[in-house]
Amino acid sequence: MEGLKVSNANLTVYIHPSKSNQVSQAVLRELSSLLFTFSEIVDGVVLAYDVNSLDTCAKILSGVHPYFGVKLKVNFLLFSPKPNTLLEGKVVKLTEDSIQVVVLGFSAAVIAEKDIREEFVWKMKKGHEVYASRSNKRHVIKVGTMIRFLVKSFDEEILHVYGSLIPDHTGSIHWLDKNLEVVSHADRSEKKKRIQPERVMLEQDAVDGELSTLDIVEKRTSAKRQKHLEES
Amino acid sequence: MVKIHVGNKEESPQMDSGGYSGSQLVHHFRSVLDAVKTGDRANYDDLVSYLHPKRNLSPDEVAILVTTLKALSGAVSYIDSDHHESLLFAVSRMSLWNNGTEVMDALLELITSLAATNGKYIDWCLDMLVKHFVPPFYMYGSLDNENGINRKNKVLSRVHAALEEIADLVPLAPLRLCPIVVQNMPSVFSNDRVSSYDFLQRQLSEFVVYHYYEIVLYVENMLKLESGAIGETVGSTVLPALVDRLLELDVEIGWDGILQEDSRGIFDMELEDIIKFAEDENSDSMPQSELLNRKNLQGKQDKKVVEKLDNLIVLALLHLESCQSSGRLAEVFDILLHSFQKTVLNAYKSKFTQFVMFYACALDPEGCGVKFAMILADMFVSDVNPPITRMSAVAYLASYLSRAKFLSAALVTTIIQSLVDQCYAYCKLRDSGMNPRAHQVFYSGCQAIMYILCFRMRSLMDVPRLKLQLLNMPMEAIWKHKLCPLKAKAAKLFMASESFVFNDMLESDLSKAFGGLDRLDMFFPFDPCLLKKSESYIRPHFVRWSKVRTTYDDDDDNVSEVSESGSEATDDDFVDTNTKDMIDDDLMVTVEDLDFNPDLNKMSITPKNSLKHLRMPARIRPSTSPESL
Repeated sequence: MEGLKVSNANLTVYIHPSKSNQVSQAVLRELSSLLFTFSEIVDGVVLAYDVNSLDTCAKILSGVHPYFGVKLKVNFLLFSPKPNTLLEGKVVKLTEDSIQVVVLGFSAAVIAEKDIREEFVWKMKKGHEVYASRSNKRHVIKVGTMIRFLVKSFDEEILHVYGSLIPDHTGSIHWLDKNLEVVSHADRSEKKKRIQPERVMLEQDAVDGELSTLDIVEKRTSAKRQKHLEES
Repeated sequence: MVKIHVGNKEESPQMDSGGYSGSQLVHHFRSVLDAVKTGDRANYDDLVSYLHPKRNLSPDEVAILVTTLKALSGAVSYIDSDHHESLLFAVSRMSLWNNGTEVMDALLELITSLAATNGKYIDWCLDMLVKHFVPPFYMYGSLDNENGINRKNKVLSRVHAALEEIADLVPLAPLRLCPIVVQNMPSVFSNDRVSSYDFLQRQLSEFVVYHYYEIVLYVENMLKLESGAIGETVGSTVLPALVDRLLELDVEIGWDGILQEDSRGIFDMELEDIIKFAEDENSDSMPQSELLNRKNLQGKQDKKVVEKLDNLIVLALLHLESCQSSGRLAEVFDILLHSFQKTVLNAYKSKFTQFVMFYACALDPEGCGVKFAMILADMFVSDVNPPITRMSAVAYLASYLSRAKFLSAALVTTIIQSLVDQCYAYCKLRDSGMNPRAHQVFYSGCQAIMYILCFRMRSLMDVPRLKLQLLNMPMEAIWKHKLCPLKAKAAKLFMASESFVFNDMLESDLSKAFGGLDRLDMFFPFDPCLLKKSESYIRPHFVRWSKVRTTYDDDDDNVSEVSESGSEATDDDFVDTNTKDMIDDDLMVTVEDLDFNPDLNKMSITPKNSLKHLRMPARIRPSTSPESL
């Protein structure tokens, strides 16, 4: 998984004079306040820190409150997902509209329906919603699956990742690890099978009774037209 | 299936046999939502109009609403806050409280999907859920009957389930929920302030009842949140916020103000009066003049606040009980202790809030009970803390050790030992005369020792080992030291009563300087709790002065006193109604008998025969009234 890095930082932590008798505690408290928040200084979400060295001398600032600056060297473990990097996470909810993923147990990620490649199709399987690949029957994403996905963007304030399953090397990790080389092959036959999804949907909707193929085709094309309009 | 008339025929053909299938509708909604971006709002506006809240929906309308909501939750990734503002606004106006369970479920599904799909909406969704903690204004009246209770359970259980689901999907959501819960907490005062004006009484009293209901229900929900799956994260914010709110109410109850302003005084107000006043509140026949009487209002406001506070404290106590049964008391106690140290401890004469701590200690005497005492003792001893904090800590400690029935004699002796050691060490380093201002921490330490001994000495003396330990303590050296702790005490003791004859003589720097403005001079936080409901929880764990066997009581006296006071209720009444007179009486008698001598430092801690048959001076005697606060 990408998006994790260790960085070495030289920091100056300013400590309130009232904490002068417990400097190391105060330093740790300051550092702890960085945890699980995006810090622009280190360009990432601080997941862990390790203080390497603490300078024994501190510079006292003049002013009403004589804060003193303690210099220290810290190793940070950072989570900084950049666009187009790959992340891994566990699917916690799956609907036709989106796949919800939790990355590293704390960051929520969402892959909207429009960011899932057409190879995958949503269907109900044994009462559970799944996204299944048309080309590879065994490639199935359901709740609990570990998936690898591409980062589209990252909301730094709420640590929300917007992901995508468009590239071929994304999907269920379990399947990808076993069949990476097969993917390229499957990709070639993709076009031929494009007609199949409509059929699947048809079968799905036929249960509900009334649906004409025409409607779907119409809707699909109009949706596409709109997309084109947007893009242009 | 119900027909849904959305959009024109070309774009959304309706089936003759019914409406859309779920999946088809979702696709349609997506295109409708997308169309807005290109300026085509017609279908979108229709869609929004379905969501506008209406009263008394027909079954068909309900079905349409449910279908619309469900389909929308399938299209949330197409909702954009810039383009679909009116849709979001319409959803935010919907209330679970006035809809059936089907609509509730569909709405919650939509909210949950929104929260999980787009980080932008998470605060909005959490805020919306938290707002459902309390019913809308017009519904409070119907919530007392069976239907109302049913509805309440349905709504609240769903709201909490939705919050937990969001927390599963967005693991950091609880962190964002904390500030939202605190911000949405109903203000404790608004109704009390509003009622000072001459509004239509009836509506006003309805509003007052609603407001009262609102905060109690809200706190109920906060505590439910705390005991739920996300309690671990939320608890550390929610519990301190609750304590702060209790404290706000607590300090609002102005016993002192009433005592000075109103000759009627709090002592004439039986607790039963609260009920009477509450009844008055609802009666239409209340004369206008009375309503406008400021003093009455003041009193009444206090009573409302008292009642509110009482109910909130009871909720907190019940929550502690449930925590104990689920084995989480220790962690909840740690949070409470932290917030106690930060706020309650330093609040000026908090009267009731501290009983939450007391009760937590009572539930787990070995763990929490001991920890509380130890922390307080440490706070007193540690000279890093400011003097005010140290004095407060020792006042709490003294009152706690004296009043807590559940603490072992050994613990009490250990603490006394540490206090005595501390004071003795302080004495040894000083060679100056009495100076209350400079040595206020020392004097409050001495006061604490004496106070604990008043309550506990007799019982400690019964255990030979502890008796020996007590006798070995260098107490006499402290009392007889040049700093004259007893004299400082006495000075304070007498200045406190304004009617006191030697007032002028003793109103000196000695007494006034003691902590300034009566600060802590006679503050014993765990004096009997005057809140009716809360008191019934505290009572079994609480030591009453009337039940204490003192060293100067003969056994005969003791028996007669107990029988005199009879039940605990009469004991309370006795004290509450007559305390003020009693205080004065006691002071006079005590002073006359003692033939007041400024050189009081010669007085031994063990009262001599002259004190026999006398009550303790009220000001030393652990008081049972708020006056002594």
